[in-house]
Amino acid sequence: MDVVIIKLDHDMIKVNLKGEIDHHASLILREEIDNYIEKHRVKKILFNFKDVSFMDSSGVGMIIGRYKKLQNVGGKIGVVNLAPKIERIFQMSGLFSLISNFNDEKEAIDKL
Amino acid sequence: MTVLNEMQLDFVSKSENESFARVVVAAFASQLDPTLDELADIKTAVSEAVTNAIIHGYENTVGIIRISSKLYEDKVVITIQDWGKGIEDIEKARQPLWTSKPELERSGMGFTIMEDFMDELKVDSTPGEGTVVTMVKNINKGTVRQTT
Repeated sequence: MDVVIIKLDHDMIKVNLKGEIDHHASLILREEIDNYIEKHRVKKILFNFKDVSFMDSSGVGMIIGRYKKLQNVGGKIGVVNLAPKIERIFQMSGLFSLISNFNDEKEAIDKL
Repeated sequence: MTVLNEMQLDFVSKSENESFARVVVAAFASQLDPTLDELADIKTAVSEAVTNAIIHGYENTVGIIRISSKLYEDKVVITIQDWGKGIEDIEKARQPLWTSKPELERSGMGFTIMEDFMDELKVDSTPGEGTVVTMVKNINKGTVRQTT
């Protein structure tokens, strides 16, 4: 699992995820993202799943965890480029009632 | 029904082994020539069961996780066993979104995903003794098969 964090706006970041998101990877991701959020006062996160080849329910827990963290500062979370299998896991978990699934990055940046 | 092939694997409950375990089972199951979609379902379900054994069974201490698998003509049977603390209330554990460990950012979706992605799921557990999860995935081969 690789993660690249890109600053899009003063309080918005894009998190490019790459590889497989399981329990092991989630622990690493969580720490890296939280460090960045705290240091840069981030309020909006766009997770880009384009290069994610695998995700299980640990990924759901990781997203919900960041959602709760941003909720304290009135923030929001969006996702783009979900593969069908991953989208199914998001749906089953009811994640789309908490976060937005965008068609592309442009829409995400406009609406998030 | 004839067993075509059989394997067993023991490994310690380290989170690094989650990816190892799902890749091994997928490689074994691929002898049945499943679709990529079926393989992805198997990988996800195995990942969920192994993660449960690590986090809930052994609560991040070191123990042995055993995966055994049997291949049949039209299905793969996968058993994932731990000798950890076991599950007090299996029915509750299988409910969507229920987790005993919300502080660890668990989503409570593990069993729901196993149930949805596989064709059969059986959970046997005795508190203090451990848990055995048995899953079956039907491999739907194409109707036209090259035999020549």
